[in-house]
Amino acid sequence: MYEILHKERLNPTCHLMVVAAPGVARKARAGQFVIVRTDEYGERIPLTIADFDRDKGTITIILQEVGKSTMEMGTLRVGDGLATFAGPLGHPTEVQQYGTVACVGGGVGIAPLFPITRALKEAGNEVVSIIGARSSDLLFWEERMESVSNRLIVCTDDGSRGRQGVVTEPLTELLEERPGQIARVWAIGPAIMMKFASLATRPYKVPTIVSLNTIMVDGTGMCGGCRCLLEDGARFVCVDGPEFDGHKVDWDNLLSRQQFYREEEQQAVERWQHRCQLDEAVARGGS
Amino acid sequence: MAELTNKERMRIPRQDMPVQDAAARRANFDEVALGLETEAARLEAERCLQCSRPRCVEGCPVDVDIPGFIEAVRTGNLSEAVRIMKTRNSLPAICGRVCPQETQCEQLCILGKKGEPVAIGRLERIVGDWELRERTQALEKAPSTGKRVAVVGSGPAGLVCAVDVARQGHDVTLLESLHLPGGVLTYGIPEFRLPKSVVMGEINHAIENLGIRLCVDHVIGRIATLAELLDEYDAVFLGTGAGLPSFMDIPGVNLNGVMSANEFLSRVNLMRGYDFPQYDTPVKIGERVVVIGAGNVAMDAARCSIRLQELHGNGRGEVHIVYRRSREEVPARAEEVDHAEEEGVIFDFLTNPVEIMGDEAGKVTGMRCIRMQLGEPDDSGRRRPVPVEGSEFDLPVDTVIFALGTSPNPLVFVEAESLSRSRWGTVIADEETGRTTTARVWAGGDVVTGAATVVSAMGAGRRAAADIHAFLAGELEPWSDSET
Ligand SMILES: Cc1cc2nc3c(=O)[nH]c(=O)nc-3n(C[C@H](O)[C@H](O)[C@H](O)COP(=O)(O)OP(=O)(O)OC[C@H]3O[C@@H](n4cnc5c(N)ncnc54)[C@H](O)[C@@H]3O)c2cc1C
Ligand SMILES: Cc1cc2nc3c(=O)[nH]c(=O)nc-3n(C[C@H](O)[C@H](O)[C@H](O)COP(=O)(O)OP(=O)(O)OC[C@H]3O[C@@H](n4cnc5c(N)ncnc54)[C@H](O)[C@@H]3O)c2cc1C
Ligand code: SF4
Ligand code: SF4
Ligand code: FES
Repeated sequence: MYEILHKERLNPTCHLMVVAAPGVARKARAGQFVIVRTDEYGERIPLTIADFDRDKGTITIILQEVGKSTMEMGTLRVGDGLATFAGPLGHPTEVQQYGTVACVGGGVGIAPLFPITRALKEAGNEVVSIIGARSSDLLFWEERMESVSNRLIVCTDDGSRGRQGVVTEPLTELLEERPGQIARVWAIGPAIMMKFASLATRPYKVPTIVSLNTIMVDGTGMCGGCRCLLEDGARFVCVDGPEFDGHKVDWDNLLSRQQFYREEEQQAVERWQHRCQLDEAVARGGS
Repeated sequence: MAELTNKERMRIPRQDMPVQDAAARRANFDEVALGLETEAARLEAERCLQCSRPRCVEGCPVDVDIPGFIEAVRTGNLSEAVRIMKTRNSLPAICGRVCPQETQCEQLCILGKKGEPVAIGRLERIVGDWELRERTQALEKAPSTGKRVAVVGSGPAGLVCAVDVARQGHDVTLLESLHLPGGVLTYGIPEFRLPKSVVMGEINHAIENLGIRLCVDHVIGRIATLAELLDEYDAVFLGTGAGLPSFMDIPGVNLNGVMSANEFLSRVNLMRGYDFPQYDTPVKIGERVVVIGAGNVAMDAARCSIRLQELHGNGRGEVHIVYRRSREEVPARAEEVDHAEEEGVIFDFLTNPVEIMGDEAGKVTGMRCIRMQLGEPDDSGRRRPVPVEGSEFDLPVDTVIFALGTSPNPLVFVEAESLSRSRWGTVIADEETGRTTTARVWAGGDVVTGAATVVSAMGAGRRAAADIHAFLAGELEPWSDSET
C-alpha cells in the first residue's frame, strides 16, 4: 500500500495527491510517469509525475476525473492507500540548454508540464509558458508556472481568465514575433490540443515535443496496447516515450485508439455512479 | 493386494481425465480438466512397468524420478510421492497441468511404443494437488548465511531459483514489475487451464516458509538498475522472461481491434477482465475473432475469446486460428488443441494474413489472407510455408489477436552494458550454471532461451541456484566481466 499523505482539489474535476513512494521518488525525473491502481479490483492507469521530493520520499500526482478509475481515486482520502504505484516509467525529458523554449500546457496537462518547465529553466533556458483551460475555474498552478517561466501567457476558452482563446493562438504569435528564435516547444495536454500545437509549429520547423497519453495496461512494454504510429512505424509509448516528436505522430490513429473502450468506460461510470447513490441511500437510511 | 504381472498391467487402459463438458465450459472460466479420482490414479500408476532404465526420465527436463513417485502413488503413499517429486520439481501441481508431456516424459515412456504411455502428467498433478491441501513437506531453511541475493522476475525460473537459494540460508529478495507474482503463470495462462489459486498457493507457501521478501511494482531498469542491485546484493538472478510481443509488419496493425495476445491475456487473466465490470479493466471481444499463430499462447487466446463471446457477447460469434503451416506443425500442447477444437475454435491452416482493413473510425473490418503451401524444409527442419500466388481472400473480422513469438523485454538491461546478449535479444548464459558475462549475475528461463516451457525455466532456475549457492559458499572462483 502506498499511503496518500496529502490531497487537495485544484478545480471541480482535478485533484492533487502526494503519495508516499520512496523508491519511486529516489529515481523520478521530469517527464516520467507511474502506473497506479486503487485496489484489487482496479485498473492500472498511467499518471504523470507532477512533482517529487527525494528527501521526503514522496511523489505528487494530479488526476482529472474522466472515468470510473479517476472518479474513484478522487474519493480517496488522506491516510488511504493505493494498491499499486509502479514507476518511475518512461524516459525522462531530455533537458538541455536550448536557448529560448516554449512550454504549452492545456488543462490537466499543466501538471506534467510544470516539472519539465522547471528543469528547462534551471538548465538556463529562457522559458515562455502558455497555459490554457476551458474556463478560469479549471485553471490551476498559474503561480507555480509563473515562478519557473520568464514569461507566462494565460488563456481560457471563455475569456474568464487571461486572454480569450486557445493556446495555439499565442503560440503562433510567438513564433511569428520571434522568427527562428524558439529552439523547442513542449506541448502537453489533451491529444487534440497536442495535435493542433504540432500543426501550428510545423510550418516554422520548430521541434515540438508532446507527451502521448495512450491507453495502457502494464506500462512496461509487455502488452503493446499503448502503441502509437509515428512516420516510420509503431512505438510503445510506455517504454519508447511518453515524449515524441509531435510532427511525426499519426494523430488520427492516436485519437481513435483512445476511444476504443468508450462503451465499456461509459458502462463502468454508470454502474459506479449508481453504486455511489445506493451507498448514499443506505447511509441516509441508516442514520 | 496381489502384484500384477507386466502383461496384466499392460491390459489396463490409460485412465481418461474427467473434463468439464465442452458446451458447459464454453461459458465459464473454471478449470477444464478435473483431475483423476483416487482409484483411477491408482490404476494408472499400476500401468507403469517400473523400468530399471526408465526412458521417461530422459524426457523430463528436471529429471523427476518418475517410476519412484508413481510407485508411491500406486501404494497410496502420497506423502512419499511428494517427497520424491520435490527433490527434483518444486511445483508439481503446476507442471502436471502445463508441461507438454507428449513431447517430454510421456513421449519416451516405453508403453508408448505399442500403446499409450503412462499418464505421467496426470499423476504428477494428483501428487501436487494433494500436497497443496495437506502440506506434508516442510520447506526447511538452513541457518542464515548473511548473504543477500536479488531475484528479478517471479515467473517459474525466478520462483524456483528464489526457493532453492533461500533454502540454503541466503537472504532472498524477489523483485517483480507487475502487481502480482507468477510471471506467465499469472498473467498469461488462463484460469481454466491453471487456476490462480494453485499458483498463489505455491508462491505464498514458499515465500512465507522461507522468509523470501517479495517486492511487487519493482520494474528493474527503472526503479533500480542492475548495477545498483549489484551494489546492494551479493548475487543477482535474472528471470525476466520473454514478454515483449511482436506484431506482423503488414498494413493495419495499429487499427482498433488489433492487439497482442499478451495484451488480451493480461486483460483477461491478470486484470480479470472477464469479470468486468466487477473488475475495472475492460476487455473487448468481437463477434469475429481471428488469432494468428498456433502455439499455446494462441490456443489460450482463442479459448478465452470463445468464453468471452459466451459470457459477454450473447454467445454469438466465431473464433478462428489462422496458421501459416499445417496441422502437423502446430506447436501447442496436443491437449490444448483438442480442447480448443471441442470448444468450437475454427482452424484455418496454411493461411497467412497480408493486410488488415479498417473503417473510417479506425476499427478493424476485415483481414486479407493468402493461402500457403509447404515447400522445402528450413533451418528448423520444418517445411517452409510459401504463399500460393493469386490465392488472396478476405475474412470478415472485428478482432485480430497476434500470438506470434515474443522476445525478452529490454527494460532490465538499462545500463547493463557488460551483459552480453544474442542478436535475438536473449541473455547469453552458461547452460549448466546460468552464469552471464557480468560477474555475480546469473540468468535463466525464457530470458535466455526465448519463449520455451515452464519446466525448462524451472530447471534453469534450479541449476543457477546451485551455482549461486556454491559461489556464495566460497566453493567457486569469482569471475570477472567478460565479452564472450
Ligand atoms: C503517460 C501518461 C500520463 C498521464 N498522466 C496523467 C495525469 O497526470 N493526470 C491525469 O489526470 N491523467 C493522466 N493520463 C491519462 C489517464 O491515464 C487517464 O485519464 C485515465 O487512465 C482514465 O481512466 P478512467 O477509468 O478514469 O477513465 P476511462 O473510463 O478509462 O476513460 C475516460 C475517457 O478517457 C480516455 N482515456 C482512457 N484512458 C486514457 C489514457 N490512458 N489516456 C488518455 N485518455 C484516456 C478515454 O478515451 C475516455 O474517453 C496520463 C496518461 C498517460 C498515458
Ligand atoms: C499464454 C501462454 C501460455 C503458455 N502455456 C504453456 C504451457 O502450457 N506449458 C508450458 O510449459 N509453457 C507454456 N508457456 C511458456 C511458459 O509460460 C514460459 O516458458 C515460462 O513461463 C517462462 O518462465 P520465466 O520464469 O523464464 O519467465 P516468465 O514466466 O515470463 O516470468 C518473467 C517475470 O519477470 C517479470 N519481469 C520482466 N521484466 C522485469 C523487470 N524489468 N523487472 C522486474 N520484473 C520483470 C515479468 O513481469 C514476469 O513476472 C506459455 C506461455 C504463454 C505466454
Ligand atoms: S516435470 Fe513435466 S516433463 Fe517432468 S515428469 Fe513432470 S510432467 Fe513430465
Ligand atoms: S518409461 Fe513408462 S513404464 Fe517405464 S518407468 Fe517410465 S513411466 Fe513407467
Ligand atoms: S502499456 Fe503495455 S506495452 Fe505499453
